[in-house]
Amino acid sequence: MEPVRRTMELVAPAGNLAALKSALQAGANAVYLGLKNATNARNFAGLNFTEADIEAGVTLAHRMGRKVMFAINTYPQPGQTALWQQAIDHAHALKADAVILADPGLLGYARERYPDLRLHLSVQGSATHLDSIELMFEQFGIQRVVLPRVLTLAEVERLTRQTRVEIEVFGFGSLCVMAEGRCILSSFATGDSPNNQGVCSPAHAVRWVEQAGQLDARLNGVLIDRYAPGEPAGYPTLCKGRFLVEDELDHALEEPTSLNAISLLPRLLAMGVSALKIEGRQRSPAYVAQVVSTLRAALDAAERDPARFSVRPDWQAALARHAEGAQTTQGAFDRPWK
Amino acid sequence: MNTSLISVAPVSYYWQREDLLRFYADIAESAAQVVYLGEVVCGRRHQMRLDDWLALAHTLRDAGKTVVLSTQTLIDSESDRRAMHKLVEKALAAQFQVEANDLGAVRVLQGQSFIAGPHLNAYHGGTLSWLVALGASRFVVPLEMSGSELQRLLAEIPAGLQCELQVWGRLALAFSARCFTARHFRLQKDHCEFRCIEHPDGLPLQTREQGEFLTLNGIQTQSAHCLDLLAQARDVYALGVHVLRVNPMSQGTLAAIAALSTERHPDVPLPVGVGRCNGYWFDRPGMDWVETA
Repeated sequence: MEPVRRTMELVAPAGNLAALKSALQAGANAVYLGLKNATNARNFAGLNFTEADIEAGVTLAHRMGRKVMFAINTYPQPGQTALWQQAIDHAHALKADAVILADPGLLGYARERYPDLRLHLSVQGSATHLDSIELMFEQFGIQRVVLPRVLTLAEVERLTRQTRVEIEVFGFGSLCVMAEGRCILSSFATGDSPNNQGVCSPAHAVRWVEQAGQLDARLNGVLIDRYAPGEPAGYPTLCKGRFLVEDELDHALEEPTSLNAISLLPRLLAMGVSALKIEGRQRSPAYVAQVVSTLRAALDAAERDPARFSVRPDWQAALARHAEGAQTTQGAFDRPWK
Repeated sequence: MNTSLISVAPVSYYWQREDLLRFYADIAESAAQVVYLGEVVCGRRHQMRLDDWLALAHTLRDAGKTVVLSTQTLIDSESDRRAMHKLVEKALAAQFQVEANDLGAVRVLQGQSFIAGPHLNAYHGGTLSWLVALGASRFVVPLEMSGSELQRLLAEIPAGLQCELQVWGRLALAFSARCFTARHFRLQKDHCEFRCIEHPDGLPLQTREQGEFLTLNGIQTQSAHCLDLLAQARDVYALGVHVLRVNPMSQGTLAAIAALSTERHPDVPLPVGVGRCNGYWFDRPGMDWVETA
C-alpha cells in the first residue's frame, strides 16, 4: 500500500486568461482550461482560450511552478475526430502538463502519439469503480481519474486504497446530479448535450418570458421553471427545474445547490486523494479568485494540522456567496438522502 | 425484405416477479430473436436474483432465443461491482454472451465476445476499434445519434462488428447516485420501500403546463415519450444495422415486435398519456416527433 499523502493538489477552473491568472495568484496548484470549440465540456460563447492566451498562461504557470491541464473531454462524433486529435496535438505542443480526456479512441491516440503526455480520465469518462479505472490504466496508462460525483466518501476511500491511479474529486461548485458522460437530458430537450456539443442546457435554447409578474424559464420551449414576483431566478439547468410528479410540484431531480466539501478536507487528505477540483470555467475571475483563495487557506490549514481543522465561518461565508441558490451540500459524499 | 434481427432490451422497470415471467413467456412466443436479461438500473431490486435470471435465460434459450445477460449501468458501490463480476462469471460459464454497460464490465469481459451496451459512448470508429480489440462483437448505438451520424459511423466501423439500434421504447437519458422515486416519496434511498415496484412504467414527470416530459425510474431518468422508428425500420436495415432493439414497456412491446417482424406498421398502442418521439433520428432534439409519410 502506498503511504498516505499529506498534500492535495488544488485544481482551479480557468475560463479565460484573466481567470487563469486569478487562480494562480490565489494559490491554485493547477488550472484546467479548454480550447474555443466543442472539444471540451464547457463550449460557451465568450469562454475559453486562443492559442496565444494559452501560451501566455502556460508560460506564467510554469514560471510560478504550477501546472496547466487541457480539458478535451467531449466525445467526437463520427467523421469529426480530426478536430479532437488536433486539440491533443496542440496541448502537447503548447506544453500541457496533462490532458483530461474521456473518449477511449482519443486516449489511444494520445498515448500512441505522445507517450510522454500525462493522461487524466475526465469525469465525463464515468469511471465509478475499480474495474473501469483499472481498465483505463491498463489500456492507456492514465495517471489520474476524476471521479464522478456519485460516490460516497467510503467508496472514494476504498478506491484510493484499491488503485495506483491518482484520485481527483470535486470539492466545490455547481453540482451535477447525474453521472457525467451518461446524461443526455439536455440533448433530449435541445439537441445539444455535454457529450456531443460540450454544453448542457445551452444558452441559445433558453428563453425568459415575463407574464403577469411571473417569470418563465424555457429551454427549447419546455417550461423548466416559473418564478413568482420577486422570487430569485437561477439559470434554467434542466435537472434543477421544478416539475410535477403525481401533481406535486417540486425540484423533482435536484434543488439548485452547489457542492461544498470544505469540511471534508482532512478526511480527503487522510484517505490519500491526490487532487481537489473546483468547478466553474464559466464563472468570473472574481469567483475563481475568491473560491481558490478560500480553499487554499482551508487546505493549508488541513495539511498543517488535520486533527485540529475546523471550518472558519469566514470561509463558509465566502463560499456561500458563490453557491448556486446560496445553498450548499456535500452531495454524494455524505448522501443525506441515503 | 427486412432481415434485421429483433432484440428485446433488458426490462428497466421493477416489475413483480410473476409479471416479469409472464412477459418473458410472451417474448418466448414472439418474433424477437435476441433477448437481453438482467437488472440494469438498481442493485437493490431483488424480485429476481442472479440464479433466477440464469434459469430464465436457459428457458428462453430452449425456446430458440439468443440470450444475453446485461450488467448494471451505473456501478457505484463495491457490492454492485461484485455482483457484476458474479454475473459475468456465471453467464460465461453457461455460455451466454454478456452486454457490458460500463467500462468496468468491459474490463471483466475482455478477451470474450461481448456486446458493448448503449451507454459506453462509442461515437466513432476509433473507440469502436478499441472495443473490438477487447472482444466486442456488437455495439449498441448511442441513443442521441442521428440517422446521418449513424451513416457516417458505419463508414468507420471495424470489419465484423455488428451494430444494434434502439427503434422502439422509452429512452434511458440519465443515471444518478440519487433515487428519484425514493426522493419523490420522501424516502431515503437505502430505505426506499421498493416503491418503484408500484410504477411498472415509471413515474411520469410533467412540466407545469402538464406537458409530458420525463419518466422517473429509480436512479434512471427516461424520456416520457416512446421512441418510435418502426416506420424507418427498412431504412435502418439498409444502412447496415444488424439488430433492431425494442426497449420494453408494460404495454405495446409485443405489438412493436410484431410490427417489426411483419413490416406492417399499425399504430402500436401505447399506455395512456404516452406520446411518440423520433427527433434524434432526424438530427433534432430527441423529444421531437417528426411526422413521416
